[in-house]
Amino acid sequence: MLLIPCPWCGPRDETEFHYGGQAHVAYPGNPAALSDEEWARYLFFRDNPKGAFAERWNHSAGCRRWFNAVRDTADNEIRAVYRTGEPRPVTA
Amino acid sequence: MSRLDATSRIDRGTDLRFTFDGKDYLGHPGDTLASALLANGVHQVATSIRFGRPRGIMAAGVEDANALVQVEAPFSEPMLTATTIELYDGLVARGLSGQGRLAAEPDPARYDAIHAHCDVLVVGAGPSGLVAALTAARSGARVVLVDDQPEAGGSLLGSAEQLDGVPATTWVSATVAELAASPEVRVLQRTTAFGYYDDGFVLALEKRTDHLGAAAPAGVSRQRVWRIRAKQVVIATGAHERPVIFADNDRPGIMLASAARTYLHRYAVLAGREVVVFTTNDSAYAAATDLADAGAEVTVVDARPEISPYWAAECARRGIAVRPATVVIGTSGNGRVTSAHVVTAVDGSSGPRQGIGCDLLLVSGGWNPAVHLYSQARGTLRYDAKLGAFVPASELLDVRAAGSARGAFTLAACLAEGRLAAQDALTALGIAPGDVPLPGTPEQPEEVPGHVLWSVPDHREDNAPCSSFVDLQRDATVADVLRATGSGMTSVEHVKRYTTIGTAHDQGKTSGVITSGIVADALGVDIASLGTTTFRPPYTSVSFAALAGRDRGQIFDPVRVTAIHPWHVKHGALFENVGQWKRPWYYPQRDASGSFEDLETAVLRECRAAREGVALMDASTLGKINVQGADAGEFLDRLYTNIMSTLKPGFIRYGVMCGMDGMILDDGTVTRVSETEFLLTTTTGNAAKILEWMEEFAQTEWPELRVSLTSVTEHWVTVPLVGPRSREVLASLAPDLDVSNEGFGFMTWRDAEVAGIPARICRISFSGELAYEINVSAWDGLALWETVIEHGTPYGITPYGTEAMHVLRAEKGYPIIGQDTDGTVTPQDLGMSWVVSKKKVDFIGKRSHARAENNRPDRKQLVGLLPVDPTKLLAEGAQLLASADVPEPPVPMLGHVTSSYRSAALNRTFALALVRAGRDRLGETLYAWQDGELLAVTVADSVLYDKEGARRDG
Repeated sequence: MLLIPCPWCGPRDETEFHYGGQAHVAYPGNPAALSDEEWARYLFFRDNPKGAFAERWNHSAGCRRWFNAVRDTADNEIRAVYRTGEPRPVTA
Repeated sequence: MSRLDATSRIDRGTDLRFTFDGKDYLGHPGDTLASALLANGVHQVATSIRFGRPRGIMAAGVEDANALVQVEAPFSEPMLTATTIELYDGLVARGLSGQGRLAAEPDPARYDAIHAHCDVLVVGAGPSGLVAALTAARSGARVVLVDDQPEAGGSLLGSAEQLDGVPATTWVSATVAELAASPEVRVLQRTTAFGYYDDGFVLALEKRTDHLGAAAPAGVSRQRVWRIRAKQVVIATGAHERPVIFADNDRPGIMLASAARTYLHRYAVLAGREVVVFTTNDSAYAAATDLADAGAEVTVVDARPEISPYWAAECARRGIAVRPATVVIGTSGNGRVTSAHVVTAVDGSSGPRQGIGCDLLLVSGGWNPAVHLYSQARGTLRYDAKLGAFVPASELLDVRAAGSARGAFTLAACLAEGRLAAQDALTALGIAPGDVPLPGTPEQPEEVPGHVLWSVPDHREDNAPCSSFVDLQRDATVADVLRATGSGMTSVEHVKRYTTIGTAHDQGKTSGVITSGIVADALGVDIASLGTTTFRPPYTSVSFAALAGRDRGQIFDPVRVTAIHPWHVKHGALFENVGQWKRPWYYPQRDASGSFEDLETAVLRECRAAREGVALMDASTLGKINVQGADAGEFLDRLYTNIMSTLKPGFIRYGVMCGMDGMILDDGTVTRVSETEFLLTTTTGNAAKILEWMEEFAQTEWPELRVSLTSVTEHWVTVPLVGPRSREVLASLAPDLDVSNEGFGFMTWRDAEVAGIPARICRISFSGELAYEINVSAWDGLALWETVIEHGTPYGITPYGTEAMHVLRAEKGYPIIGQDTDGTVTPQDLGMSWVVSKKKVDFIGKRSHARAENNRPDRKQLVGLLPVDPTKLLAEGAQLLASADVPEPPVPMLGHVTSSYRSAALNRTFALALVRAGRDRLGETLYAWQDGELLAVTVADSVLYDKEGARRDG
């Protein structure tokens, strides 16, 4: 079970959190201007890298805040956490 | 009797009575069931699962997967190994033939879980683990030491070794005493770390009262799961001796060499008088000499041509015959082994088969480090050709292996590694390690390298059934492995699944490396590149009862009840579970004959009251979310498909929320309390999900909107007062409120006192009838309900449950999200385009509604169904066909029934269904397939009652 460092609460057990998928996927500014294919790409397609991945988490059984984390999908290490709206930090 | 007078760890002053296979025996505290059976001369314990072969005790610890027993008393428990059951007075057990039987009655014992946090977790209290724990303890670090045995010491308990010139157990006692006196150290005996998860999270099972049998105190949990979060983990789990496979290697009396030594020293049991020791390495000589010293007649059969001069001299001194270059190729015996068949290599070729009489055949093929936890922690393993085993090979930041778990096999090395691992762990934590001098160890004789030998070929004629067992519990043999490789399998993972080797109690402890070795030899590949199967938790079996802990029965999941619940119970309501809520389902009344109504009768009566008189229900479970802030209206506009910002204070609007994919998430009403405050309702089971959905957008997509969200579900009790006479009842309860349609119109709300209680009354109807939804503080809910009933009694007021509510709403074609929809349904599919704004530039789901796929004319649409036979009730979920002539499968399905009821108002059965191009099929006949017959149904509009809405205003 991961120990996830919530930016507000500190390190807590993974069971307190909900996973929110890839971070920094902005809602399109004007969805109506997108083709069906472009809209489907926004809706259904996400990256699946081996290595560092910026993703969203929600401390749902704690402070109920959303935040972002950079997790390495190869070794499951969380390299950084940062607040929603902040840019993705540089990680090793 | 095989019990000696020698020094041991058992308490001879106390007798424990136990029964095995119907016979009574005596043992002592400190015994396991296995040691007590051996002490009583019982070697055959079980019979094997596939072949019914007699089986005995192969080991002295968790690696035994052979002596399977069922405990019958004090509480029935299946599939335990005799080597891991601590003996207690009154134990009744019997040997198993492969499979046990679960108890038929509930387990009366309590199980629980506890969290622990530490700087250093040390797993295993053998020599390495004790030194590691002591090193960490003296530094002041917070330490947890777990060990699966009743007392610390590990291999030192069963080996008669010396430290500082005195018995090693003296050093163990002193170390344990110091640890016990250290305030930041917790020592957990009888506790097995069975799984490593991420970030230093280790689960361990503590057996707290198993060893007390019927004397276990009632107030103490029987077993406890420790959830340990450790900054650093030192794995000092030791090693398991590895057998060598040969024909008929499964007879009772065939045992690992170290196990016989443990039985001798720890339990004072001499497991045999005529002993053959078959070894490939030096470690088994200690067993040979110790058993000889205890009075056994011993022969050593060593696969190696070279014998250690030290051990040759020790054997000669005791009259132990040593046969070099010799292997065991088979055994004989009727049940227990009576003879070992050996062959000696002479000038490179096999000599004649010879029998050596014995009642105990000890085997040692080397040692497998117990790398389970290390591997689970993503530590990689490396094949060590000298050991013939896989050893830890990674440099992990927070997990370290030490001692025999890392492949060290002298006592001096194990002690030094334990200290080093702890020092490294402390350094990583920034803690200065304490000073721990290591105890002196006796000088070790020079070792002759072991010979790696997986199995000895079966020399009998070809048609003899293979009896060279790799996993005894599974009755899986070398031939099974070769059948797997012969059919093309090249991965040990595939071979494991095909043969089932290592899938039961063994978990690869004794069989894993041997299987890899046999596969590697068969395929002609290097075992180092072949590797071993993945180690997964649990290391030893853990009962579901322990994992469930306290989360069972009444406290498995929270039960939520409304403030009015006591009234429902008192008045005989039957309940249905909606999420965690208990909701009244219906209220059966006594009929003229004095017996209670059935569901159908009660629901028809309750529906009739709502349509013809007045009725009320408890709708408090509806999810309620308070939305406040200057941008609340804008926020709701973006989430709902229709416009909410134009709603004026005092008014209410029905709304639908969709997901990004355009499919319906939930529906409910939105009440505008003020310019900056809304109250919205959700489906009972969706309340938490919708609050999270809204929070996600408020926090992540639109943080600039000034809005805050609060769940107020429990704050309000909600009582819809329904039916043509509801206005009269409300008027008598709220004399100051204008209840006329002109003064209090549909979809508006008023604050007023009802029965003297401050209330918010909403003109909302989920039945199509004139209705007032009365909301009061939950504290006043029961009083409100009782007063409404009191005032309604002259009007025949009738409480109704969720079933009648469902019928009433279905008659009006109101869908239930999650029942009539399933995540593939748009508002347009439900015929609710009117709730989807055309004016708004955007809202969640709008772009998806424009996708071609969502505008196909043949999408499934919500319609009503009227069975041609009005007495036939359709089954919810029944599939719909176009024709009564059913074609060959696959049969094209047009849709399915989503809701189906008997209607008092329609005086017939009816249903709602999702049907392909349903709205184009009104009047068509379709066929519902249920219970092996086709029922003809007519497709109808989804609104079957009062389509004009004439009843809404009374």
